[in-house]
Amino acid sequence: MKPQGRLMPKITPETSHFWQGCKEGKLRLQRCDACAHTYFPPRPFCPVCAHDRVSVVVASGRARLYSYAISHIPAPGLEPPFAVAVVTLDEGPRMMTNITGCPQEPGFLALDMPLRVTFLDLSDEVALPLFTPEGAA
Amino acid sequence: MTKALLAVVGAAETTQMGTIPNLSQIGLQADAALNACRDAGITPQQVDGLALAGGNPVDLAQYLGMAPAWVDGTPVGGCSFLMHVRHAAAAIRAGYCQTVLVVHGESGRSRIGKPPPPFTPDPTSLAGQFEAPFGGIVPPTMFTVPVLRYLHTHGLTPAALAEVVVAQRRWAALNPRAKFKEQLTVDQVLADRPIAWPFTLPMCCPQTDGGGALVLVSPERARDFPGRPVFVIGTGEATETGMISQMVDFTTSRAFRASGRAAFDQAGISHSDVDHLMIYDAFAHLPLYGLEDLGFCAPGEAAGYIAAGHTSPGGRLPVNTNGGGIAYMHSGMYGMYVMQECVRQMRGIAPAQVPGARVSVAHGVGGMFGAAATLVFTNEG
Ligand SMILES: [Zn+2]
Repeated sequence: MKPQGRLMPKITPETSHFWQGCKEGKLRLQRCDACAHTYFPPRPFCPVCAHDRVSVVVASGRARLYSYAISHIPAPGLEPPFAVAVVTLDEGPRMMTNITGCPQEPGFLALDMPLRVTFLDLSDEVALPLFTPEGAA
Repeated sequence: MTKALLAVVGAAETTQMGTIPNLSQIGLQADAALNACRDAGITPQQVDGLALAGGNPVDLAQYLGMAPAWVDGTPVGGCSFLMHVRHAAAAIRAGYCQTVLVVHGESGRSRIGKPPPPFTPDPTSLAGQFEAPFGGIVPPTMFTVPVLRYLHTHGLTPAALAEVVVAQRRWAALNPRAKFKEQLTVDQVLADRPIAWPFTLPMCCPQTDGGGALVLVSPERARDFPGRPVFVIGTGEATETGMISQMVDFTTSRAFRASGRAAFDQAGISHSDVDHLMIYDAFAHLPLYGLEDLGFCAPGEAAGYIAAGHTSPGGRLPVNTNGGGIAYMHSGMYGMYVMQECVRQMRGIAPAQVPGARVSVAHGVGGMFGAAATLVFTNEG
């Protein structure tokens, strides 16, 4: 996968802590100070109890493969075939990502396989959180 | 069954279907609206309510020469038109208007009067920040992502998706207007060109041009119109998420379940009352989720039900009898055609008519499991 050409996120005030964390090699989530719910994507209040005091927490970076489809359609910055994947973080939230460091074939992409986060630098502001099989180089 | 909420007194699709190079998007909307008005024996000038998605109802009202007292432009994707019917029932009951046109027209293939692809989400939106950079951009690489978890959970293989195609091609063969009538086997479907594994080409809808419209009035006014009325007796709507990655459970749609339950409860029907079912199928997994989330099949059992022929011609529950979005047509927002087929079945004029059908259910999806709407129709009132 070549990093050039992917559709670039445009950072908003509510998401800047997340993207800044990715640049620092940290996967940042938010946790409600009242009910302890940990959530993603970012927002300045709890989506479970509406409490407006929430804290930024750094995730372990460990996740499991929840589901995916292997696209044979080109996308900006991505050469088919590539898996559009959704992972479940150990902390609970899910996020869309790509799986790097293994062939983009069903035999190498087993559901529930353990993964860890890795960051792909795209610009001065943006590094994308990708995931790679645990134990892969 | 409960008292009717609405009567459908006009229903029509665009004069042509498929590739329509001589009409723009608003032209398709007008063609559908005028055909539905002719079917009801009225003109648009006699209509005081207008609903549209895929355009601004203000523009279409002016184009048709209407001065509506009520408009609805709810845009939640392909099931918007089913929601419009639900909203129209409330508006007519409240006295905001008396006669509503619900209109769809989309130049999905020729793209005349419609922005060209590629479609990219707003890069500041949550989908633009947290899905598009990973290639989750177009429906074939977003709508398809949950299905591996569904198959894995139930011990199924991609053959489950192929069974849906095989069954619906049987219905398409009976429909002169269907785009894909060729009969296929499960093995042929699985061996076709991969689009987004496990989905192959026949499991994905085409992109076509077309449209449709409905004329709706209160049940009390149904006999003032020339045709056989069809009644709406149950309605439901629900939302879940605009981001496929944030769907709560990839094996079931929360929106499908909530919308379906609301419609069945309002209609006062049970599953055994349903003679005919339409489930919006932009991709082949939707009838599986639909059959289960609406309660016709237990979780994981829809594929076996379809493979046994129960949804095919002659089966106990005919499903997607126009061939469905994957074989009939798919302009982009397919929900209108789901309702059109329900109305044809209730009028007894469908190309693949289900003999003696009295209750028909339409179930639509909007976005990628983002929203849902469900309607229950009957020809008894
Ligand atoms: Zn909370």
